[in-house]
Amino acid sequence: MAVTIDVKADILGKNDAVAEELRNLFKEKHVFVLDLMGSPGCGKTTLLEKTMQALKDDINMAVIEGDLFTSKDADRIDRYGVPVVQINTAGGCHLDAPMIKKAIENIDLDKLDLLVIENVGNLVCPAEFDIGEQKRAVVLSITEGDDKPMKYPLMFKLASIVLLNKTDILKFCNFNLDGATEDIKTLNPGVEVLPVSCSLGDGLKPWLDWLREMVRSVK
Amino acid sequence: MHEVGLAEGVLDIALDYAKRNDAKRIAEVTLLIGDMAGVEKDTLEFAFDSIKKGTIANDAKLVMHTAPIVGRCQKCGKEFHIDHYDFFCPECSDGVLELISGRELQVESLEVE
Repeated sequence: MAVTIDVKADILGKNDAVAEELRNLFKEKHVFVLDLMGSPGCGKTTLLEKTMQALKDDINMAVIEGDLFTSKDADRIDRYGVPVVQINTAGGCHLDAPMIKKAIENIDLDKLDLLVIENVGNLVCPAEFDIGEQKRAVVLSITEGDDKPMKYPLMFKLASIVLLNKTDILKFCNFNLDGATEDIKTLNPGVEVLPVSCSLGDGLKPWLDWLREMVRSVK
Repeated sequence: MHEVGLAEGVLDIALDYAKRNDAKRIAEVTLLIGDMAGVEKDTLEFAFDSIKKGTIANDAKLVMHTAPIVGRCQKCGKEFHIDHYDFFCPECSDGVLELISGRELQVESLEVE
């Protein structure tokens, strides 16, 4: 005889429980944890390089690098003398909380102010997974097109700050900076949207100030 | 393509609840998926059909209910269906809608024998 069982269980419940445990740990250790997301090639690692150059003498940083197969990004971070842990997802399209729990075994949280987790390049799946971060930052490069915020709404909805990168080549691209900014703010009223050029280091001051403020806020 | 991971989560929950209720066979698994959850339903079904083989959910049918995107205005308190991802209140001039539904990813119920 068929019986109906009432379940009401979250499919990502296991992940979310680990994420909450991580968030409590980070809070207790006074570490600000940022989930850095965006498409492949949008400039996440270049942003990190510029961020490390500016902050590493004042702020104790570490980086977790999510990558499908390579350590190319981690090698770039390592050059700055910032501790970096590589997670290879072996084809997996996002990081999840258990991966972060394992990765932080190799990081001394007691000495840390800021942990940046560079997620796998992807505008879809990473948005769905809580990894214990306090805030999310999204990088969208203007070569990707100004229609992307509305095409990938969850990614932009959950961000606290969005960087529109590669503005140095704006004149060669058919990208409506005001339109994209308006779309992001319609989706996510109150979010910060910053036009930047990570490769030139232009427009990064508000980003660095925001990061400093976030680090202060968890002390 | 995180649907395989989601399908594994669905199967884990279904097998767990079936076992707790001494079920011999799972006939149907009903999910609640929010319109903003970023889930490709066909892919999720395909993934679920692939991983259920050889378990007591071998013949289980996946039923997916959808939850619309709904926001509550932080100013006037009214609730609205959100169209075109516009999170501003249609009635207040500058009220912001807080997301109260649309991100659901839930196993609602099972039908077992």
